[in-house]
Amino acid sequence: MEGWDPNTKSTLTQIPLLTRKAGPRDGAAWTQRLKEEYKSLIAYTQMNKSNDNDWFRISAANPQGTRWTGKCWYVYNLLKYEFDLQFDIPVTYPSTAPELELPQLDGKTQKMYRGGKICLTVHFKPLWAKNCPRFGIAHALCLGLAPWLAAEVPILVDSGMIKHKDDTATTSTES
Amino acid sequence: MELELKELRADLQSLTQSLPDPSHHALLRKIQLRVEDLANLAAAAPVRRSKVEDMSAEVVDSNPYSRLMALQRMGIVENYERIRDFSVAIVGIGGVGSVAAEMLTRCGIGRLLLYDYDKVELANMNRLFFRPDQVGMTKTDAAVQTLSDINPDVVLESYTLNITTVTGFETFMSSLKNKSFRPDKQGSGVDLVLSCVDNYEARMAVNQACNELSQTWMESGVSEDAVSGHIQLLIPGETACFACAPPLVVASGVDERTLKREGVCAASLPTTMGVVAGLLVQNTLKLLLGFGQVSPYLGYNSLKDFFPTMQMKPNPQCSNVACLKRQEEYMLAKPARDAAAKAKMEAEAPTEEGPLHQDNEWNISVVDDIELDIPDTRSSDVLPEGLTHELPTADEFHKATLDAPVVDNDDLEDLRRQLEAINSA
Repeated sequence: MEGWDPNTKSTLTQIPLLTRKAGPRDGAAWTQRLKEEYKSLIAYTQMNKSNDNDWFRISAANPQGTRWTGKCWYVYNLLKYEFDLQFDIPVTYPSTAPELELPQLDGKTQKMYRGGKICLTVHFKPLWAKNCPRFGIAHALCLGLAPWLAAEVPILVDSGMIKHKDDTATTSTES
Repeated sequence: MELELKELRADLQSLTQSLPDPSHHALLRKIQLRVEDLANLAAAAPVRRSKVEDMSAEVVDSNPYSRLMALQRMGIVENYERIRDFSVAIVGIGGVGSVAAEMLTRCGIGRLLLYDYDKVELANMNRLFFRPDQVGMTKTDAAVQTLSDINPDVVLESYTLNITTVTGFETFMSSLKNKSFRPDKQGSGVDLVLSCVDNYEARMAVNQACNELSQTWMESGVSEDAVSGHIQLLIPGETACFACAPPLVVASGVDERTLKREGVCAASLPTTMGVVAGLLVQNTLKLLLGFGQVSPYLGYNSLKDFFPTMQMKPNPQCSNVACLKRQEEYMLAKPARDAAAKAKMEAEAPTEEGPLHQDNEWNISVVDDIELDIPDTRSSDVLPEGLTHELPTADEFHKATLDAPVVDNDDLEDLRRQLEAINSA
């Protein structure tokens, strides 16, 4: 964990760890794991809200909890940039991490695979492998997506690849 | 086409005869000439070769298999025509998979199952196989188009899906289990699975499927700097599975920290991809047709032209449950395996005729080199020179907490509602 800022580190220690190693094909064991995922997501979301650092919404898109959709946002120069967020729970979960997708940014940055899958190879995959099966969706968002947004959104905005949603409607009145 | 043109000519003829006004005849004559041109063009178009019933060893220009059947005459392969009984599944039809598919098609493999969810792009044109006019097609459709032209004898099945998702994986599994091609064969519906994918998640999915089905498979990979690659044979229970040890990569020979990593755009070369595809299919042919030595692991470092090889035993503490099950089965089958090997040895070796030496002054005796079946947990940690792990192993964590019965009164639906409540607050 060298190289991570103390803020992320202290947040991470407060996200409940998971115990069950089960994937979507493991029947009842997956249901147990899914409960742990929910608890950890609830705790992380609550923590973000009380720290005034709310930055995503995520909920299961099917009853089996194998597909998740929601939103995430990042504030840069006092403007909020919001993106759709989606991912599937892979069959080999939790041995392999979910591949987080921001479909609206597909093709706009090099740090992304086809279909809008953000690149997690260097900063996140080794951490996930080292902490299997204790890390879950909440950890993937905290250690995978959050640093990616912090690194990429400023570049995307400064290079004009993405515009703030109010930018097209008004030109001078908004800051 | 031919029929259509013939009809068109007949129609024109009757039109010419039925028209009383000769002023139109010049125009009709012109149309007739164009039809003739079209007919000539159609006749010159490439013809598809028809299917071949039996592989013949006859040396004539028109026999697509003469050079392959010659492998028998040269004493390399005992029965080449057996290749028609084999089914091979190729997962990932990219730089390696597409070339492997073409090689197997040209070898006259019985049946190929192709899996990919991607489309052909212009950015793929630095590699072999796909053509610019196929841009936009799915890789599986484009591959079937080309391969069925090259060799119509091969049964091709294409699956456009992502095997890491729950539904994709189920289709993948059931397609491997389908035994309609050779119903009398043992095992699953395919003889070998070739993994030619470019990411860890998909490899783990192939590993999972093959461990569950006890299906032999081969893994292949090319490094993202395009200068090294590897192939690996995986026999569930007998050799290390992909989850037994963290994935191996051939060290590139340059300091990893000096490598530039801007973005995810991996480099690729048609050469490295072609070499790896060649190594993969060569190993496949050796395994299926039973000749030469099948490599358990073969690395390729193109900067130094270094080819490390190694063997990996399964990890008795593998995190994959299906792998452990296969390991247990393999151990249980050991006596039968030993007996079969002994019988084979005795059948081949001539009966011994007395002691080799009359006197044995120093009491020298030959000791049986039985392999000790003590599970060596470190066996897969020791790597030969030139190989490194791609990912770290998971830290030890307290198993005790897991084994204790978990008091669980939570309701899934209740938790879901809780999250929704926080989300909308």
